[in-house]
Amino acid sequence: MFADFDQIMERLATKQLWDFAGGVHPDGHKGLSNQHQIADAGLPDYLYIPIKQHIGVDAELIVNVGDRVKSGQPLTESHNPFAVPVHASSSGEVIAIDEHIAAHPSGIKEATITIKVDGLDTQYNFDPVNNYNTRDKAEIVEAICKAGISGMGGAGFPTHLKSNNVKPIEFLIINGVECEPYITADDRLMREHAWQIRQGIDVLNYLLKPRQVLIAIEDNKPEAFETMSIACQQQDNYQVISIPTKYPAGGEKQLIQMLTSREVPSDGLPVDVGCLMYNVGTCYAVADAIIEGKPLTKRVVTLTGKALEKPQNFWVKIGTPVEHLLQLSGYNPDKQEYPRIIMGGPMMGFTLSSVKVPVIKTTNCLLAPEKNELAIVEDERACIRCSACADACPISLLPQQLYWYSTSKDYEVAQQYNLFDCIECGACAFVCPSEIPLVHYYRIAKAEIRQQKVEKEKSEKAKQRFEARKARLLKEKKEREEKHRLAAEARKRAMQSDDSGAKDKIAAALARAKAKKAGQATTEAPKESSGAPQAQSQQDKVAAAIARAKAKKAAQQSDNAASEKEQNTETQKTEDNPSQDDKKAKVAAAIARAKAKKAAQQSEDANEPKQENDQQASEESKPASEISEQDKKAKIAAAIARAKAKKAANKKANDE
Amino acid sequence: MTFTLIAILSFAALALIFGALLGFASIKFKVESDPLVDQIDNILPQTQCGQCGYPGCRPYAEAIANGDEINKCPPGGEATIKELADLMGVEAKPLDAAHGTEDVKKVAYIREAECIGCTKCIQACPVDAIIGAAKQMHTVIIDECTGCDLCVEPCPVDCIDMVPLAESSQNWKWDFNTVTVGDIPIRQL
Amino acid sequence: MSKLTVASSPHYHNQRDTGAVMRMVIFACIPGIAMQTWFFGYGVLIQVFLCVLTAVVSEAIILEIRKKNTVRAVKDYSAVLAGLLLAISIPPLSPWWISVIGASFAIIVVKQFYGGLGYNMFNPAMTAYIMLLISFPVQMTSWLPPISLTEQQFSLWDAIHTVFTGFTAEGYSVGQLRVGVDGVTMATPLDHMKTQLTQGYTVDEALTNDIYSGNSGIGWAPIAIAFLLGGLALIKLRVINWHIPFSMIAGALITAFIFYLVDPSTFASPWFHFINGSLVFGAFFIATDPVSSSTTNNGRLIFGFAIGVWIIIIRTWGNYPDAVAFSVVLMNMAVPLIDYYTKPRTYGHKLKAKSMSEK
Repeated sequence: MFADFDQIMERLATKQLWDFAGGVHPDGHKGLSNQHQIADAGLPDYLYIPIKQHIGVDAELIVNVGDRVKSGQPLTESHNPFAVPVHASSSGEVIAIDEHIAAHPSGIKEATITIKVDGLDTQYNFDPVNNYNTRDKAEIVEAICKAGISGMGGAGFPTHLKSNNVKPIEFLIINGVECEPYITADDRLMREHAWQIRQGIDVLNYLLKPRQVLIAIEDNKPEAFETMSIACQQQDNYQVISIPTKYPAGGEKQLIQMLTSREVPSDGLPVDVGCLMYNVGTCYAVADAIIEGKPLTKRVVTLTGKALEKPQNFWVKIGTPVEHLLQLSGYNPDKQEYPRIIMGGPMMGFTLSSVKVPVIKTTNCLLAPEKNELAIVEDERACIRCSACADACPISLLPQQLYWYSTSKDYEVAQQYNLFDCIECGACAFVCPSEIPLVHYYRIAKAEIRQQKVEKEKSEKAKQRFEARKARLLKEKKEREEKHRLAAEARKRAMQSDDSGAKDKIAAALARAKAKKAGQATTEAPKESSGAPQAQSQQDKVAAAIARAKAKKAAQQSDNAASEKEQNTETQKTEDNPSQDDKKAKVAAAIARAKAKKAAQQSEDANEPKQENDQQASEESKPASEISEQDKKAKIAAAIARAKAKKAANKKANDE
Repeated sequence: MTFTLIAILSFAALALIFGALLGFASIKFKVESDPLVDQIDNILPQTQCGQCGYPGCRPYAEAIANGDEINKCPPGGEATIKELADLMGVEAKPLDAAHGTEDVKKVAYIREAECIGCTKCIQACPVDAIIGAAKQMHTVIIDECTGCDLCVEPCPVDCIDMVPLAESSQNWKWDFNTVTVGDIPIRQL
Repeated sequence: MSKLTVASSPHYHNQRDTGAVMRMVIFACIPGIAMQTWFFGYGVLIQVFLCVLTAVVSEAIILEIRKKNTVRAVKDYSAVLAGLLLAISIPPLSPWWISVIGASFAIIVVKQFYGGLGYNMFNPAMTAYIMLLISFPVQMTSWLPPISLTEQQFSLWDAIHTVFTGFTAEGYSVGQLRVGVDGVTMATPLDHMKTQLTQGYTVDEALTNDIYSGNSGIGWAPIAIAFLLGGLALIKLRVINWHIPFSMIAGALITAFIFYLVDPSTFASPWFHFINGSLVFGAFFIATDPVSSSTTNNGRLIFGFAIGVWIIIIRTWGNYPDAVAFSVVLMNMAVPLIDYYTKPRTYGHKLKAKSMSEK
C-alpha cells in the first residue's frame, strides 16, 4: 500500500515529496522574533519545577525542603520506565515541595519543587558518556533517561523510551519543521547550534541504526536549512530536506506522510511504519546529555507577539516563571485591553491563567498578542455545513459531523467518526466561517468519553467486589448456621447421654457465680471508699446517658413532628402545629447538645486534678490510666450523643 | 368449487412452507445475546447505593426488566437513563428527584482521629472498600469506593465525610469557567 | 489591573467569516445579474430589490420572535443571498406579490421552520421557486423575450409599473409584451424547444425561430457565460469547491450527449442544454449551497452528477421546461444518504470503511 524504502529514496533524490490531506496556510509572523540571537534569560528569584513535565508517571523525590541543590542536580529519580527525572536548573535552596499552578490550560495546581535561587549557579558534577560509540546501547539510553529528556516539540514523550527501540528503523526523521506560526525557537536553535544538533543526531543514529536520516525543515527557514545542510554534509546517510510551508506539516503523522507516503496506523506507532521522529531541540539535549553529561535544565523559548516590546528567543532555565520572561521582553499589561498570554503557538497553545506558571520542558513559545492581532472570538454562529473544516483536516475527518455528535453528546457515533484520531491541530477551527471552537468541543467530548470509560471500569470492579462480598456473606451465614446446628446437636446428644453430668455442670456454674459475686464485693469496697473520681465518672456516664436519651427523644420528636407535618400538610395544610413541634424538637436537640457538651467538659475537668478539691485521693488510689479510660468512655458517650443530636437536627432540616 | 379448493389448499401449503422456513430461520440464525437483566446491570453504575429503593444494582436491573421506571438512579444520572432508554426502547425521562439528584462524584473519607473502630461502616460498605478491625482505626480505599453514602449513616461518631473527587489536569473537562484567572502583576523594568 | 483572558485553542482564525463567504457569492452574481438586466430589462433589478428586502425583513422578524441575536444573524448575509438567488430565477416582470410570497416562504418556511441557518434540509431559494411554479404557473413561466426582440420598448418606470400593477405605463399587459413582431407569443428557448419537439418538429427546425441565434437563445448565452465567470471566480477564491459545479455540468452534458447520439433530431445537443436555461447558474450558485448539499468531496461528485442527470431527464420528459430547481431539491433529499456512504478514509485507518452499525 505504501512506498518502500527504495521508492522513497528515489523520490527524495528528485526533491519530490508526497502531501498530506488538508492543511491551512496561516500567516507565519516568524519575522517578529527570528531576527535576534538567542539571549540568556538570566536567573529568576524562584524556580518552580513541576515533578512531572512529560507523558507518563511521576519520578520519586530525592530532595527535602531545606536542602541546598546545585545547578543540574537531580531532584527526582526514575525507577519506572515511564518516569523521567527533573533537575534543579540553578543552585539554591529547596524552600517548598507542594502544589503550584501548572503549565496546563486548566490552571490546576500540581506537585512542584520550589527553589530559592542563590544567584551563584554552582554546577553539579557532570558525568559524560565518553566515546559513546563504543558503549553499550543500554548505557546510552540510561544516560538519556537520567538527563531527564522528554520530547521537546510539544507532547513530551520520554525520549529514552522512544530510543530503547528494537524494531528495525528505516527512517530516523529529525523534525525541524516548526509549522506553528510565530514560533522560531527551533529555527534559531538550528541556525546557531547546528553542530550540536548534528552531534545529537549522531548519538541517535548510533542508537537506532536507521537506514536513512531525514532532517525536515520548512522552506520558510532558508538560513536554518543552510546551516543544517553544512553541519550534516559529511554524513552519507543524512539528508536535509526542505518541505513546503503548510500547517500542520510538523505534526508527527503529517511529516511521516509527507516524506514517506506512509501512514501511521490509527492504533499504532510511527515505528510500525519504520519511522522514528525526534525534535531538533531533543537532539540538542541528547548531545548535551551524552557528550557533556549535562541534564536538561534549559531550553529555547520564543517570546513573541505584538504586545511585547522586544520579541525574541531566550535560553530559559526550566522552572522560570513566565512573569520573569515577560518582564525581560517588556510586556505592559496596562496597555492591553484583553491581556492574554499563550503558552505554545496560536494554533495549539493554551492561555495561561496566571503569570506564575513555570516554563517546562515542552514550552517552546510564549505569545502575548494584542487584542486585534489574534481576534478574540465572539459567540459562535450556526454551522452552515460548508465543510471548509473537512477540507482543512489533515487526517480526513469530518469535523462538522464530529461537532454535531460531540455537542449533542452522542459520543458513540462521534467515536465511529474517529473522534480519537483527531490531533487537535486546530486547522478546522481556524477556517470555520462560523467561528465555532471545534477543537474545544472535541476536547470536551474526549474528556467525557475517557471519564466514562474510567467509570465503566470502576463500575465493573465494584460489581465484582459487590458480588464477592455477597458470596462471602452467604458463605459466612451458612457456616454460622452449620456451626449452630452442630452445637445444638452436640448439646442434644450430651443431654441425652449424661443427665447427671448436666446437673453437675449447673451446680458448678452456680458455684462459679457465687464466687464471682463475693470477689466483686471485695474489690468494690475499696473503690467506693476512695470515692469521688469514680463517682464523678459515673456521673459523667449518667449525664451522657441522659443526653443520649434526650437526643434520641429529640430525634423521635422531630420524627413525629415530621410525620405530623406530613399529615397536616396532607390533610389540613396548616403549618402552625408542626412548626411548633419543630421548635420543640429543636430546643430538645439543643438541650441535648448542651448536656452532651457539659458531660464532655466535666469529664475533661475531671482529668485536671488541680482544679478539683477531692482529686488528691483519686490520684493516690487510682492509676492515671484508669481515669483516662473512664474519661475516654465518657468522651465516646459524649461523641455519640453529639452525633445523635446532630443527626436529629439534620433529619429535621431535611424534613423541613 | 374445485378452483376454490385448489386456491385454499395452495395458500395453506404456501403458509405451511413459509411458516416452516421462518421457524427454521429463527432457530438457525438465532442471535445470542445476554439476558436483558445482565445488559441492564451492565449499564447501571454499580455503586450499590440503594438510592433506587432496591438493595443493589442487580435487583434494580431485575426490577427494570420487569417494567420499573428507568429514572431512579441518581449516581448514573442522565447518561445512564439515556442508555437505558436506548436499550429498553422507551423515552428517556428526567431523573426522579424522589430518589436523589445527580451530584459530583464523591468518595468517603474517614476522619481517622475521631474513628472509634466500631466496624459498623465496614459492615455497611457494599463493595468492601473500607479496611480496619475492631477498635482499630478504619480507612477507605479511595479507588474502590463507589461513593454510595451507605457508610455515613451507621457511623456512631459521625466521622465519615463524602468528599468530592479532586479534579486534576488529567481529568479536567475543558471547562474554562472553573479556571481561576489571576491578575498579571508584572513590574515594569 | 486587568485579568488574563483564557480561551481554548486555536487562538488564530482566518478572517473569512460566514458573512464574508456569503458576500463573496453575492458579488460573484453581479456579472450575471448585469447581463440579465441588459437583456431582460430593469425588471430584474426590481425583483432583486423586492426579494432581498422581503427575505431580510422575514428573517429579522422570525429571529426576533425566536429571540436570537438578530443583528448578528442578519449580518451573515444568508438571507440576502437566498433572496438574490430567488430573484434571479423568477421572470423579471412577475407581479410583486410573487417575489414577496416566494422570498418570505423561502426564509420563513424553508429556512427558519427547519431551525434557521445551517439546519434547513432544502435549498430555500429553489424550494420557494418550486412552490411558486406549482402555485402560479402562468406568472412563473411568463418570461419576456430579450428586449431586442420585443415589439414594445419599455423603461425603468414601465418595469416598476408592470411589476406592481401588471401593466406598463402605457397599459400593455405582460402577455401583450410577450408577443413578438410576428404576433406570436414568445417563450424561453427551452420552453420553445420543448413545445416544438412535442409537436413533432426536429431540433433543427425549432432552432430556426427568432429567439435563437445559432444554437442558443438570444441573451441566454451571455448570461450563462457571465455566471460561469462569477462561478469560476468563486472556485478560484476557494469559496466553493469545484466538485459540485464540475460534476453537475458533466452529468448534464454526458446525459445529453448520450441522447444526442441516439437521435440528434429529437434530442437537443449538449451545447444547447449547457448554454440555455439555468444550468450554469444552478451549477455554481444553487447546487453549491453549503447547507443543503453534500459535505464530502466524493459525495459532492455524486450529488452534482445526479443533479445533472436529473436536469436533462426532466427537461426532456418532464412537464416543466427547466429543471434545476426540481433536480436540486430532489437531490437535497438524498444528501444524508450520500454523506453517510462517502465518508473519507481517515488517516491511519484501513481503506475499507468500517461498517457503521447503528446502535
